[in-house]
Amino acid sequence: MPAVQETVDQVRRIDVDQYKYGFETKIESEKAPKGLSEDTVRFISGKKNEPEWMLNWRLEAYRRWTTMREPTWARVEYPKIDYQDIYYYAAPKAFKAPKSLADVDPEILATYEKLGIPLKEQEILAGVRKQGEPSQLDDDEMNGSEARGRVAVDAVFDSVSVATTFKEELKKAGVIFMPISEAIREHPDLVKKYLGSVVPITDNFFATLNSAVFSDGSFVYVPPGVRCPMELSTYFRMNEKNTGQFERTLIIADKGAYVSYLEGCTAPMRDENQLHAAVVELVALDDAEIKYSTVQNWYPGDAEGRGGIFNFVTKRGDCRGPRSKISWTQVETGSAITWKYPSCILRGDDSRGEFYSVAISSGKQQVDSGTKMLHLGKNTTSRIISKGIAAGKSNNTYRGLVTAHRKASNARNFTNCDSLLIGDKCGAHTVPYIEAKNSSATFEHEATTSKISEDMLFYCRQRGMSAEEATALVVNGFVKDVLQQLPMEFAVEAQKLISISLEGSVG
Amino acid sequence: MPLLEVKNLHVEIADKTILRGLDLTIEKGQVAAIMGPNGSGKSTLAHVLAGKANYIVTQGEVLFNGENILAMEPDQRAAKGLFLAFQYPMEIPGVATMTFLRTAVNAQRKARGEAELSTPEFMKRVREAAGQLGINQEMLRRAVNVGFSGGEKKRNEILQMAMLQPKLAVLDETDSGLDIDALKVAAEGVNRLRSPERSFVVITHYQRLLNYIVPDVVHVMSKGRVVRTGGKELALELEAKGYAQYQDEAA
Repeated sequence: MPAVQETVDQVRRIDVDQYKYGFETKIESEKAPKGLSEDTVRFISGKKNEPEWMLNWRLEAYRRWTTMREPTWARVEYPKIDYQDIYYYAAPKAFKAPKSLADVDPEILATYEKLGIPLKEQEILAGVRKQGEPSQLDDDEMNGSEARGRVAVDAVFDSVSVATTFKEELKKAGVIFMPISEAIREHPDLVKKYLGSVVPITDNFFATLNSAVFSDGSFVYVPPGVRCPMELSTYFRMNEKNTGQFERTLIIADKGAYVSYLEGCTAPMRDENQLHAAVVELVALDDAEIKYSTVQNWYPGDAEGRGGIFNFVTKRGDCRGPRSKISWTQVETGSAITWKYPSCILRGDDSRGEFYSVAISSGKQQVDSGTKMLHLGKNTTSRIISKGIAAGKSNNTYRGLVTAHRKASNARNFTNCDSLLIGDKCGAHTVPYIEAKNSSATFEHEATTSKISEDMLFYCRQRGMSAEEATALVVNGFVKDVLQQLPMEFAVEAQKLISISLEGSVG
Repeated sequence: MPLLEVKNLHVEIADKTILRGLDLTIEKGQVAAIMGPNGSGKSTLAHVLAGKANYIVTQGEVLFNGENILAMEPDQRAAKGLFLAFQYPMEIPGVATMTFLRTAVNAQRKARGEAELSTPEFMKRVREAAGQLGINQEMLRRAVNVGFSGGEKKRNEILQMAMLQPKLAVLDETDSGLDIDALKVAAEGVNRLRSPERSFVVITHYQRLLNYIVPDVVHVMSKGRVVRTGGKELALELEAKGYAQYQDEAA
């Protein structure tokens, strides 16, 4: 209830014509030369003092990439990307790894404040609250999770991690949470064993590109039997003009481990399109569980669709061990182009995959997103809840694949895809692929498309709500099933984003 | 000054004329029943008063507390104290009834420049109002009208009315689809809210509801106009004789 009120307040505060997060932080950057070649790959690898095996891995990917073609099957249209006209590396200049928060550039902290990072995390970042202390911001109504107020932030600022908090406490639990560039040096065995084991370097055009030039990202390893004592969180922010952002994230939950990871993104306003091609790999061993949540709010472009982010992401989780579980939750509101299919390989017997998604498009945004649930093991189950909301002149496509391998006896999937249309110039599309090679598999698919009806809005407005309040209320009801899956900190932020992104599409 | 004055109102929807010079006056604190055959324009009147789109006013005016409200948005009219209990309340999936009530109450308070209700104060008022209508906490947690029975939907309308404390409540066929017990509960809810400061327009096809909500005045509508006005005994006469004479009269 308070969250809805907050949504409404937020809507009021927004200046319609101005993307709130479209500012630029002035920090000098060090760039690789424009364009992509073996030299670029060597430059990036050298900048990061990488061992030779890592450089070779990147070079192999680069060579592979030169033989590949950009995919064209998605329902998205965009001008041709000139891959030689992009900077593949940018790091804040004179950057020294901070030993504590006091060493973090105040301008970066100010950036986080402007981004509206949840107050609790700002508290931690600003050092107001020490680790383990309860937050004054906690109110009784929202209590109920022991992990509340315990968020560790691995901040990625324009490709290089600049602030890592809670590292010590995590270390006590045996959890490794660090920039992947550091993990490559400090935990080469783990990285070698798991990097590319879920998304191989040959996987697809964008993932292969990422493998060649990835700059940084997060690395998480939770040892056997350990329940990670806090939510792990990364805020991405692209800041350098014409810099492609190539994040690489690798999360491993060893046997019986549990971890919840939060990812959130915003980007400043740009004239040129910005390319983003991230790769996220999750590995869950026997009885392990990984929960991965994303709130994405990158610049969607201006009213004509100019200047937005192109987001080509490969996210995949491998339920490698029996009884393991991987859950993806995403709230997608930004980007000009979204091409994203967080997937689960249900390899271990009795493993479970989940995908909860809210994808909102307005203006001229194009979203082609969904999931893949690949049932390989016995008694594997999966659940897909997708809520697409299209407004303005946008196009919103759900694309999903559910397969059962011939050995995947008793595989079960439940899919529910709902689309909500606001206005009559937008489009919602559902493209489900279902493939059962095993007669004992049970797949259920439900899909609905509805329009926010004038009658529903009139009902709300007759009770005193403005057109914006009424729409926000109806939409929040529509996406409730998915928002419930998010940790509380993110759920509130997600509601704000949903209202912001629909602002101006009511009328 | 009367609370509501409708003068020579002409309304079209989709090129069809529904109201043809309707005049109606509602005094402060008055309970007025509007009866009439199907298609006489009763529900159209209710929706036009509330400001529904697609209803085109071609002539006339509607004064609410002396102010012409025809140019106002539906939410502005609501904030001024105009409430419509819908014949067919809408379902809003995923939005708890409690959330809906609070959003509505605070939206109106804000529009009037009043402070929002605190959570404890709001909860106190909801519990009291819900209790009187036999609405339990479980129902308040359910999504607005989703899976509600006909009676529950109508009680929910009365609950909203009780929470919003309007100056004028228009009840559009609140009795339709209700059994006698549900009808009594709804009528009791309305009677509790009767006060010298609040007026009601009770739209109904049948006299039955008026046994429980006893009107001060009865208006009969036919072919888009008020064709007869009388006391509560007029309702009984209609019940006995039917609407046939009014259909002929207006024709």
